Amino acid sequence: MNFGLSDEQGLLQDAIRGFLEEQTPLDSIREFAADGNGLQAEIWQGLIELGATGVIIPEQFGGSALGMFDATVIMEAIGRTVAPVPYISTAVLAPIALLGSGSDAQQQDWLNKISAGDVMFGVGLTEATGVRRDAGLKLVGSKLSGKALFVIDGLKADQLILAVGSDTLVMVDANAMGLTRNRLNVSDKTRGMAEVLLDQADCELIGAAGSAAQTISKMIDAGRIGLAAESFGAAEILLYRARDYALERNQFERPIGSFQSIKHLCAEMISDLEPCRSLIWYAAYAYDELPEEASLMACHAKANTQEVGKMVARSATEIHGGMGFTDLMGLHYWLKRIELNRQLLGGPEATREAAARLQGLVA
Amino acid sequence: MDLKFSEEHEGFRKQVQAFLKEHKATAPTMKAVNGTSAAPTPEVKRWQKILIENGYTARTIPKEYGGYGGEADLIKGLIIQEEFIAADVSTGLTGQGISMLVPTLLELGTEEQKQKWVGPTIRGEVVWCQGYSEPGAGSDLASLKTKAVVEGDQFVINGQKIWTSSAHFSDMCFILVRTEPDAPKHHGISYLLMPMTTPGIEVRPLVTITGDAMFNEMFLTDVKIGVDQIVDQRGKGWMVANATLKHERGMIGNPAQTEANLNALMKLMKAETCDGIRAVDMPVYRDRLMRLQGRLLGLKLHSLRLLSDDLNGKAPDHGGLIVKYSSAYLNHEVYSLGIDVMGELGTLYNGDAYQSELDWQKMYLGSFAGIIGGGTAQIQKNVISERGLGMPREPRVTLDNKGWAMM
Ligand SMILES: Cc1cc2nc3c(=O)[nH]c(=O)nc-3n(C[C@H](O)[C@H](O)[C@H](O)COP(=O)(O)OP(=O)(O)OC[C@H]3O[C@@H](n4cnc5c(N)ncnc54)[C@H](O)[C@@H]3O)c2cc1C
Repeated sequence: MNFGLSDEQGLLQDAIRGFLEEQTPLDSIREFAADGNGLQAEIWQGLIELGATGVIIPEQFGGSALGMFDATVIMEAIGRTVAPVPYISTAVLAPIALLGSGSDAQQQDWLNKISAGDVMFGVGLTEATGVRRDAGLKLVGSKLSGKALFVIDGLKADQLILAVGSDTLVMVDANAMGLTRNRLNVSDKTRGMAEVLLDQADCELIGAAGSAAQTISKMIDAGRIGLAAESFGAAEILLYRARDYALERNQFERPIGSFQSIKHLCAEMISDLEPCRSLIWYAAYAYDELPEEASLMACHAKANTQEVGKMVARSATEIHGGMGFTDLMGLHYWLKRIELNRQLLGGPEATREAAARLQGLVA
Repeated sequence: MDLKFSEEHEGFRKQVQAFLKEHKATAPTMKAVNGTSAAPTPEVKRWQKILIENGYTARTIPKEYGGYGGEADLIKGLIIQEEFIAADVSTGLTGQGISMLVPTLLELGTEEQKQKWVGPTIRGEVVWCQGYSEPGAGSDLASLKTKAVVEGDQFVINGQKIWTSSAHFSDMCFILVRTEPDAPKHHGISYLLMPMTTPGIEVRPLVTITGDAMFNEMFLTDVKIGVDQIVDQRGKGWMVANATLKHERGMIGNPAQTEANLNALMKLMKAETCDGIRAVDMPVYRDRLMRLQGRLLGLKLHSLRLLSDDLNGKAPDHGGLIVKYSSAYLNHEVYSLGIDVMGELGTLYNGDAYQSELDWQKMYLGSFAGIIGGGTAQIQKNVISERGLGMPREPRVTLDNKGWAMM
């Protein structure tokens, strides 16, 4: 038994963290955010070269057939560095869609491309997790019309995978006739969130219409685990930056970290965060090995980590005093990633209600 | 990450299950043993004996001291816990003697002390209490004043202890006393083993907020015990006590217990109604329940990770402090929700006719013990920030004659 990273997973973590940390000094993050399209091509390329896009893809399609746990290790590293890369959509959600419901030809074609880093996906699942305002998609034959909001990593993607209702999946070329996409001005500028307008755009079904409910539900599980891992990574950075700042900044002739209220905020942060790490790891492990537990664990991992993440973001900002409120410190990039992730694929209340439903507690 | 157990361990699980099946009918339940506030009954002692013989408690304690003599195997320990809890069968006696004194003696006691005390203690024949806290020495335990002076071949003890749980039915007390009044605070303390029948000990029960008298004041007047009744050296008591406290913290935070509480809460929420609507059907309460479940799962899995880290020899000690600190508040909130879903009914306790099957009000009141006992939550946070995050220790201040810090 080993509740933690295997030696190989440890090496993967070191490699990905090492690479991403090198690529994301604060000044660079600021530049990426100015673009606001959620893609930094060099970083993405680096991840491809490290084999990161193929971790959940079977070997026959050029992947390394590791699993969701390994992908989670990578997403945690992405959260730590708020790296602007379409990883969760391209390397996690799209492969799950294709493996779960795609035809042999679709799998052959797209999975190989994902492993090789030749395609970027955007994924929109709000039809299955919560529709806002006038969003809504309508599929007639192979023509897709309507509006999809909050398509994750949708701004720079080559292909979009969209849920139509909660049981149908389609894939549409981002440059198809009749498709326009617009940037949604979310506060987190390191992730490209798109509004996608469709007017009789040609699309391809992934599985027959009405047959993809289970696949969509797996995508939601994996997405929740991945977002939780990212938020965890971001929150952990915030905690240690706050701790470091508290040891460095002096007031009243002593480091502010010697004030008990500051020590206690830090103790609360680590006490609430450490169990999240265990919960996320377990949820990812369950996704790979204990499928009957995966949905419930994904709900709790997401809800709990997002509550804790918010508390950590607040406390860490507070510990930095006025500096915490400035762009100079840059803490806000991590805070905003946590805030966006909190809302994606169901906020805490929605995921907890889903957890209750899974246990038969909702009449 | 690999949570599968080896074949040997799965085989061991089957063995435990078979044992439980055979004994379930005659075994005491979890609550019947843990929930007592009196010396163990003959029934409980009989069960304890069976457990030791089969290696389900006192598993790693050497045979020569009355234990089972099994090799240390954390996974087997975990399997025993899991299976016994699932079957609601008692894993045996806990209490301060077994959980705190015995590991301390095994680590630091003399051969004679181990021979004399370990066996009878684990069999429930000798019950211990912990004489640490004093009216003036709580969080700041090292400031304790109860003193012992050597006269001939005896320690003569004078002073007062407080909050001494179980003292009213204990046979023995492991007690901290000041033996070197001139040494610095932490270096003047000794750890003694004191029979509760010694003349000069007066135990007065203190009624707690639950209405029970589970702890006591203990007055010590010229209490004489042999000079050999000391663990380790004179002046080394603080170090010995810290070995003990380490074991206590593990004892106080047990997510498996919290999980049992949460399951009871779920059951309660399916049964209790207001205006004919079940609590679980009211989204506001349901959301609170799910929040608690998420936190519980986090803590439970965190404990499993710690166990695994222990196996790999890399468990940080603040990991366990987090469990103690967090599960105390979590228990408190689980009971609070139990009361809230019952509304006015939730305030009933001690056997009112309208009360539900479990005494939620009393459990709620009792949960303060976990937040305060064994080091308060605030003290835990000090230690977590210092050991877990490398933050500065609390400053020592000099006070002026009004008690204000001098700058
Ligand atoms: C149910 C129960 C059973 C117990 N059983 C035993 C027993 O068997 N044997 C035994 O010896 N003792 C026992 N105790 C005593 C227990 O260990 C003490 O109550 C505890 O250590 C706190 O000490 P105190 O009560 O003197 O509170 P104090 O130390 O006076 O604390 C009062 C408040 O001040 C805060 N405080 C104190 N110092 C600091 C600091 N440095 N930083 C921040 N906040 C601080 C505390 O957190 C608390 O909120 C028991 C207590 C309880 C509740």
